[in-house]
Amino acid sequence: MSSEHVDEISGVTTTGHEWDGIRELNNPLPRWWVITFYVTIAWALAYTIAYPAWPMLSSATKGVLGFSSRNDVKNEMAAAEIGKAKYVAAIQSKTVSEIATDDALREFAVAAGGAAFKVNCVQCHGSGAQGSTGFPNLNDDDWLWGGKTEQIQQTITHGIRFAPDADTRQSEMPAFVDVLKPEQIDQVGAFVASLSGPVRDKTLIEPGAKIFADNCAACHGENAKGNRELGAPDLTDAIWLHGSGEAAIASQVRAPKNGVMPAWVGRLGETTVKELAVYVHSLGGGE
Amino acid sequence: MLDQSQVERLEAEAVNSARTRQPLYAARKKIFPKRASGRFRQFKWLVMAITLGIYYLIPWLRWDRGSFAPDQAVLIDLANRRFYFFFIEIWPQEFYYVAGLLMMAGVGLFLITSTVGRAWCGYTCPQTVWVDLFLVVERAIEGDRNARIKLDAAPWTARKLFLRISKHAVWLVIAAATGGAWIFYFADAPKLLGEVIAGMAAPVAYVTIAVLTGTTYVFGGLMREQVCTYMCPWPRIQAAMLDENSLTVTYNDWRGEPRSRHAKKASAVGQTVGDCVDCNACVAVCPMGIDIRDGQQLECITCALCIDACDSVMDKLGRERGLISYATLADYNANMTVATSGGTGPVDPALVRTASGSFADGLAHFHLGKIFRLRTYVYLGAWSAIGLVLVYSLLTRERLELNVLHDRNPQFVTLSDGSIRNGYTVKLLNMIPQPRTIEVTLQGLDGGEMSIVGIDQPASRSFSVPVEPDRLKTLKIFVRQPADQIKKPAQSFQFRIDDKASSESAEYTASFNAPEKDK
Repeated sequence: MSSEHVDEISGVTTTGHEWDGIRELNNPLPRWWVITFYVTIAWALAYTIAYPAWPMLSSATKGVLGFSSRNDVKNEMAAAEIGKAKYVAAIQSKTVSEIATDDALREFAVAAGGAAFKVNCVQCHGSGAQGSTGFPNLNDDDWLWGGKTEQIQQTITHGIRFAPDADTRQSEMPAFVDVLKPEQIDQVGAFVASLSGPVRDKTLIEPGAKIFADNCAACHGENAKGNRELGAPDLTDAIWLHGSGEAAIASQVRAPKNGVMPAWVGRLGETTVKELAVYVHSLGGGE
Repeated sequence: MLDQSQVERLEAEAVNSARTRQPLYAARKKIFPKRASGRFRQFKWLVMAITLGIYYLIPWLRWDRGSFAPDQAVLIDLANRRFYFFFIEIWPQEFYYVAGLLMMAGVGLFLITSTVGRAWCGYTCPQTVWVDLFLVVERAIEGDRNARIKLDAAPWTARKLFLRISKHAVWLVIAAATGGAWIFYFADAPKLLGEVIAGMAAPVAYVTIAVLTGTTYVFGGLMREQVCTYMCPWPRIQAAMLDENSLTVTYNDWRGEPRSRHAKKASAVGQTVGDCVDCNACVAVCPMGIDIRDGQQLECITCALCIDACDSVMDKLGRERGLISYATLADYNANMTVATSGGTGPVDPALVRTASGSFADGLAHFHLGKIFRLRTYVYLGAWSAIGLVLVYSLLTRERLELNVLHDRNPQFVTLSDGSIRNGYTVKLLNMIPQPRTIEVTLQGLDGGEMSIVGIDQPASRSFSVPVEPDRLKTLKIFVRQPADQIKKPAQSFQFRIDDKASSESAEYTASFNAPEKDK
């Protein structure tokens, strides 16, 4: 029992441990400190009763306060919905061009439309709406069916060449493989390419122009500027949905690809379609 | 039958016998500090008035910043993320000023501690200041030390109950005022006061007041010295910062020992006696309840009240002041060497005095030069350097900035006429509380023009944009360059913003991307 070490200076026993000659005095703790320590233990126990804590066989105790983080999320989502309600109601009652001219509404619609775009549209149009061959770039200023907010809304609502929707935008570029001879197709391809850039063989242009006037001008116009009523593209500009250059043009004349866009109103509802229209219009090419 | 004396006595002792039992915990011993008076007490009153005055009054100072910013001189506006300090307004990205101030506070504490010891603890620590304030209340209601000891020991009577309730009530009022003052730093003080009284303030205001009322009351009224001794890490750190040239409150036993309550009788019979008359005045006034004559202790906050107490006793006895004084360890050791003949014997006060009774030559006395040494110069240099950098950066900081974010998806867009368009998110920071008209201009990028979403104007190389006071304005800018002007896939150009009224400007170099040309 006499193995207890007593510190010479203070006359206090030490804990008996020694670190490099340093010993810890075994002074009694202050009473308030000990009480505080016990209170924290009691607090911790009470906490595990008040809140979900103790693991049971299939789940954990629920806690008497009924706290649940899922409920918290649910409440926050409900609060967010209430916060949005004012804007959503305004978007429901207004036309897209009215929405686009109201700063606060436009900001809200662009944010909401951007979110809907990332879920529903990026699969074809790309995450930056930049499109790819066969899928239009929505950032640019070339619009097959019109780039005003109402026109974009119409396109998203009813789709393009989407059979189940009676109001869908309908037009079809016919295949000329059986109508024109292969050399005629090359000639018209060269003519169309010459409208926006140099071609390899300039002698093809003149006969090509004649073939264009006879076969293509009905839809694309005499000056090849296209016709939005029919979704016929402007053939004089720098933007080519199905690829630029004589070969790509000739291929599109021979056996055209006619892309399809589904009608979205049934799936997304009118409000979201309006938001999407305002968002697409805001990308920089809107008219 | 055995005789009683034949029973063998075993050497055994209970493990928890009363003789060896140690208490698991110790109750606090109550301290009844006596009121001191003297130079340091005067100084402490002054420091208390200044620090409490700053704390309670600062939120009520007004500072006119025009109609677009609050007029409270010091305001931490958490909702809008602004910090106002008189003529300075700090945005969140300028938080490094606060970091710099904290570094100065840290180095400043090193400087103070290495020179004048635990001055922070003894004079300016909020714990010290509020305990001092609470002791004023205690003395006013219950009387000074002896009356309080008597009252504490007395049985509970109506009078004792009345005094105790009064004391705690006043403490609680002070504590509530302390907690209440805190919230005024975070909102317009006059308006918030009205709201708090009317019960209309935010719940966080009431919670803050409640928590700070509780801590002030418990720490300042109930726990007092326990906070310093057991809860605060600073005494441990500060002790490590002292060296032999730092001032500490010191009992000069080289002139005080051997202490005697009956000095005249003792010296009459030829005993050596020191200056200490063992009156315990120094112990009675100590708010930490310690005896400074036991030497430097962790508990000592160096409030110097024992110096005042001892000096007044020395004055009455007609002896020199300074039996307890601020002294450095080096001086103390030098004088101890003299008084103990080089450490060979006990303290003999006769050795430090001449025949006429004055101090002998060659004793070490403190003078101000002693606290200036390499270490303090280094601290002072670091402290000043940080301060100068902060002041310089504050004087030269920009109040008009722009940040530019280039669209990456898509990086560029080909338009129908073949020109290329790039999109940018441009943020204009108007960091003054005045509305401004900012001119946004393109520099470089031949033939390039821009259009700004939401501003219905034809494409141009320059736009005037109104910016709200003290706000960030985000612009979506599309920049377009004709096909024949595009020289390479990545070109550099600048967005420049100008405030013509104040001739402030800023530039940001951005990149304009175009597709690789087919060859």
